[in-house]
Amino acid sequence: MTVESTAARKPRRSAGTRKSPSTKPELVQLLTPEGKRVKNVEYDKYVADITPEELRGLYRDMVLTRRFDAEATSLQRQGELGLWASLLGQEAAQIGSGRALRDDDYVFPTYREHGVAWCRGVDPTNLLGMFRGVNNGGWDPNSNNFHLYTIVIGSQTLHATGYAMGIAKDGADSAVIAYFGDGASSQGDVAESFTFSAVYNAPVVFFCQNNQWAISEPTEKQTRVPLYQRAQGFGFPGVRVDGNDVLASLAVTKWALERARAGEGPTLVEAYTYRMGAHTTSDDPSKYRADEEREAWEAKDPILRLRRYLEAANHADEGFFAELETESEALGRRVREAVRAMPDPDRFAIFEHAYADGHALVDEERAGFAAYQASFADGEGA
Amino acid sequence: MAAETVTFKNMALAKAINESLRRALDTDPKVLVMGEDVGKLGGVFRVTDGLQKDFGESRVVDTPLAESGIVGTAIGLALRGYRPVVEIQFDGFVFPAYDQIVTQLAKMHARSLGKVKMPVVVRIPYGGGIGAVEHHSESPESLFAHVAGLKVVSPSNASDAYWMMQQAIQSDDPVIFFEPKRRYWDKGEVNTEAIPGPLHKARVVREGTDLTLVAYGPMVKLCQEVANAAAEEGKNLEVLDLRSVSPLDFDAIQASVEKTRRLVVVHEAPVFFGSGAEIAARITERCFYHLEAPVLRVGGYHAPYPPARLEEEYLPSLDRVLDAVDRSLAY
Repeated sequence: MTVESTAARKPRRSAGTRKSPSTKPELVQLLTPEGKRVKNVEYDKYVADITPEELRGLYRDMVLTRRFDAEATSLQRQGELGLWASLLGQEAAQIGSGRALRDDDYVFPTYREHGVAWCRGVDPTNLLGMFRGVNNGGWDPNSNNFHLYTIVIGSQTLHATGYAMGIAKDGADSAVIAYFGDGASSQGDVAESFTFSAVYNAPVVFFCQNNQWAISEPTEKQTRVPLYQRAQGFGFPGVRVDGNDVLASLAVTKWALERARAGEGPTLVEAYTYRMGAHTTSDDPSKYRADEEREAWEAKDPILRLRRYLEAANHADEGFFAELETESEALGRRVREAVRAMPDPDRFAIFEHAYADGHALVDEERAGFAAYQASFADGEGA
Repeated sequence: MAAETVTFKNMALAKAINESLRRALDTDPKVLVMGEDVGKLGGVFRVTDGLQKDFGESRVVDTPLAESGIVGTAIGLALRGYRPVVEIQFDGFVFPAYDQIVTQLAKMHARSLGKVKMPVVVRIPYGGGIGAVEHHSESPESLFAHVAGLKVVSPSNASDAYWMMQQAIQSDDPVIFFEPKRRYWDKGEVNTEAIPGPLHKARVVREGTDLTLVAYGPMVKLCQEVANAAAEEGKNLEVLDLRSVSPLDFDAIQASVEKTRRLVVVHEAPVFFGSGAEIAARITERCFYHLEAPVLRVGGYHAPYPPARLEEEYLPSLDRVLDAVDRSLAY
């Protein structure tokens, strides 16, 4: 092997390790990576009454979400899914924010919010239909107030804002949370959603998971200022939270939701986290980022730090962890079996929901398609 | 006011849309009117004049100047159960919203396997002939008709403007409502009791035997003038007002062409990949043995919409349509 080929395979340190765009992130943190609970005058009150059982619940949510995510990655490798977008590393940001919500709140996700979907009670297997290619969104958004995954990044922030404007018109005290990422923060739609929500004082929380990478582009390709500071220019508060700290993510989101309910308008939460895996199963991070960076973030793992805290505080015993391990494996098995059993859609599904009230051309083309299929001698179609 | 039987003898097309929006706001509390300058000003064409005064700022919403934001928030409002009618101020300003319309609005129903409906009307004043600056005279209807999930309509007269707006607002599918801005001040009779017919059906506005002229929106009036001029030369033209571009009433065109055996399609939009191309292809398929001449098209050229001093050269005119009629009849 030549020197050149080695260099080509491994990113140089200068390209792979980067300085954060901010000089020093002002990070809200309640649990250190070592699992130590640190005081925070502003946000402690939002988790002051949290019980050991609820803490174990957060831990369970994160472990099961990670297990589901790992199973989905495996299913993609086995050819059962066409693609998977892993949330590995972002469990705390998603479970913390997801568990801050009330049932009547409404969620607008991107395509990576598997942890939030879990919190909303969307069956994990339902998330896999679109990645298997049997549908483009397999759940009823209104049964869990969890909108369909949005693939074109940033678009959903406007839908969230409109929905929140509707809540305000209805005089309700529900709130909306819009998920997006550091890459989407560059989209015009996100800027427009900030403008609209500020002007109409809409009850919406913009929850940006800054996972440091938009496929291969680092955050400094998106912004010169820390993302949470953008809110200031639109006239509403922004805060950066340790997105690998489930307790801090929960507290900060609760605070932001309370503001929304109290008629104080939008809030931007930047959950500072890390995409531990590839962008999707089609991506190859070894081409653009260094292993050292990932290793540094591994030390801040969201699940490990809560486990350390639970153990140190005697909030969970070995039985709990063992039981969770069993539950976790059962979930993996259930997901695996459900995906393998997922049938291909009927071929006429192509036409089925193109319009709500019908369309003459669709009717005509469906009839033509049916006639073509029927023209095969065995009646089984092409 | 909706309960009264009222026939307006002489109502401008713009006023008919205004009355229709007023009726919708009055009868359905979920209907919203949104857009730039639609409030106090009543829109740059005064189509929403007086609505905010009567229904308040929560129902008739002045928006920030961001078209993607207007359509994107309308989608969110529709998800919340509202029926937003949004105004895009001019045809050439719709493109910042094109992504939201094509990628989200059009596909949401299918994406949700029918669980979610998108009753959103996007009003777009369109077309030329008013001597405007760039981006104020375009006809982008084909760009929307090409997208499954959208419906595209364009009224040609005050009565249709009134009723088609009622029907568009009642539709559970998104409707792109193209308003012929050069006809905003043309007056006609509007009966607010009698529904003239389904939203997506064409109408024969003049019966004839020698050739069919097909148009919609601003070009219907021109085609009627062409038919009158041709009548002086002893040619008896049929004029069909399509009213809807998607779905498109091919049955009505077919019925007419089977009678007249000749077809000329007229629209302001560029001919290349325009709705006339689709009509020509389908009618050729459906009426191959009936046609005495190839389907001809009259429309804009494959060039950016010209400065106002040249627009009369660019737009279909009486003489250009008559020329196409003559060419068709010469076969």
